[in-house]
Amino acid sequence: MNSIVCITQVPDTETRIKIGADGRSIDEAGVKFVVSVYDEYALEEAVKIREAKGAGDVTVVCFGPERAQSAIRDCLARGATKAIHVVGDSLRADSLGIAKVLAAVIRSQPHDLVFVGKQGVGTDNSLVGPMVAELLGMPHVTVVTKLEVGDGKVTAYRETEAAEEVIECSTPALLAAQKGLNNPRFASIKGIMAAKKIAIETKSLADLGLADGDVYETRVKVVAMELPPEKPAGRKIDGSDPAAAAKEIVRYLREEVKAF
Amino acid sequence: MADVLVVCEVMDGKLKKSSREALTIGRKLAAAAGGSLHAYACGSSAAAVAAETGSYGAAKLHVAADAQLDAYATEHWTSAAKLAVEASGAAIVVMPATSTGRDLAPRLAARLGAGVASDVVGLEWVGGKLRARRPVYSGKAFATVELDSNPAIATCRANAFPAEASGGAASDVSNLAWSAGETKGRLVSVNVPETTEIPLADADTVVSGGRGLKDAANYAMIHDLAHALGAATGASRAIVDDGWVDHHHQVGQTGRVVSPNLYFAIGISGAIQHLAGMSSSKHIIAINKDGEAPIFRVADLGVVGDLFQILPPLIEEVKKAKAH
Repeated sequence: MNSIVCITQVPDTETRIKIGADGRSIDEAGVKFVVSVYDEYALEEAVKIREAKGAGDVTVVCFGPERAQSAIRDCLARGATKAIHVVGDSLRADSLGIAKVLAAVIRSQPHDLVFVGKQGVGTDNSLVGPMVAELLGMPHVTVVTKLEVGDGKVTAYRETEAAEEVIECSTPALLAAQKGLNNPRFASIKGIMAAKKIAIETKSLADLGLADGDVYETRVKVVAMELPPEKPAGRKIDGSDPAAAAKEIVRYLREEVKAF
Repeated sequence: MADVLVVCEVMDGKLKKSSREALTIGRKLAAAAGGSLHAYACGSSAAAVAAETGSYGAAKLHVAADAQLDAYATEHWTSAAKLAVEASGAAIVVMPATSTGRDLAPRLAARLGAGVASDVVGLEWVGGKLRARRPVYSGKAFATVELDSNPAIATCRANAFPAEASGGAASDVSNLAWSAGETKGRLVSVNVPETTEIPLADADTVVSGGRGLKDAANYAMIHDLAHALGAATGASRAIVDDGWVDHHHQVGQTGRVVSPNLYFAIGISGAIQHLAGMSSSKHIIAINKDGEAPIFRVADLGVVGDLFQILPPLIEEVKKAKAH
């Protein structure tokens, strides 16, 4: 069974965001870039399936700038067996543009399952996965917290607002991983060493038969980015008298929140 | 001139609140774009919402009234929604950013070759194009995006567009000739947990706990306060990762982003990842023994003190206040 895991590299969630000089992107200076958290669950699931079956490839596919190499290396160190890097300025691409790139790569590779994270942490669009599935004509399940792999089919458990849907689909299928699906492993020294021996295949949009106009600055364009409005400072009180503090909180709840 | 189509979700013969919100902003966009507002609903009881969609200003309600569309299923809903887009001729498609909308919008967009702005908190029609404001980096920044596709699709974040009816006559119901195609996926079952807990997603009040609780067993105090307030319970990533609480309760950049009317942060220092998930809440109360904790930067009322001392009298006072 062959799996493909689509990953993206994003600022670490502890990053303090600053706006870039162009006023429509973030300032990348000093930002630590990591594998998007939900992609870690996607990767772990694919690696676990490969270990259980004892065969097949786990191919990491990433569309992103040069710096994304380090994220791809990280995935190889955590159990991926192959890697394809489409080098490009993915931040200028809209979700459908990214999906076209990923779909073009996936078409060229053997695959039974395609994994993505449920959203790219930061851009927070939650769009690419289902778009890839649509372009490839395969079923998809988003927000997957549990997966059972059968013969020519999978059963995926999908988290909704207040319930869980159980969805069965034929393979190949695309699954968008949510936290809870598994516990991603850390890279071991052995894994890091083994990963160094794996060559990352690089491709350009042209190699995939795509033009810049299919992918960049089309359909959806970020025209401005700004920090949220500064919140006025709140009130800080001393809670060393617990009873008085409790009374003050209740007063606030009654008079300002109108909770009662 | 551009028409607007709002993809609605129906429950028990009524529009969901998130759909009424989407209709409200849809009506405003239609007015700005000089077009008319269309609504769309599917499932066996879809036509029953015609009076409601009309009261929100939709002249027409496109309906795919087939029981196979009662429960959400990606492939059926996508083909039906595509028919509605075509029948309405809408240049703008709006839907709620619910678990259904988030799953459907990208699939539909890829089929139509359309651009999508997801989880938006502002929508405008500017110079013949749809402009959306949306939180990025979990609200650490806001992006303004411009859509240049026909149609342009947007999904609306819950509570961002307060629902306001405009008081129109019932929508004219127009039936779509939808028939089920072959599908590769099917909904086997829906598990609704047997719980009286309020889901975090749209809760009006959230009470969250963090490492300051010192021990998993002490999370019971969070439950007690939440119960007294009729609130949902939340948690910091730290205690979710430590296994004290299920990940469904995690508030933050890699958990749920919430913006309730009232947010209680108890024993939470306020890591940037947590602040990203809750700082847009309307009222924030924090209790923490470290007066320098970053949570106090976003708190409207910050109490510097020992939560173990403050919570018991607070729970009692809240119960008393609720009883009156």
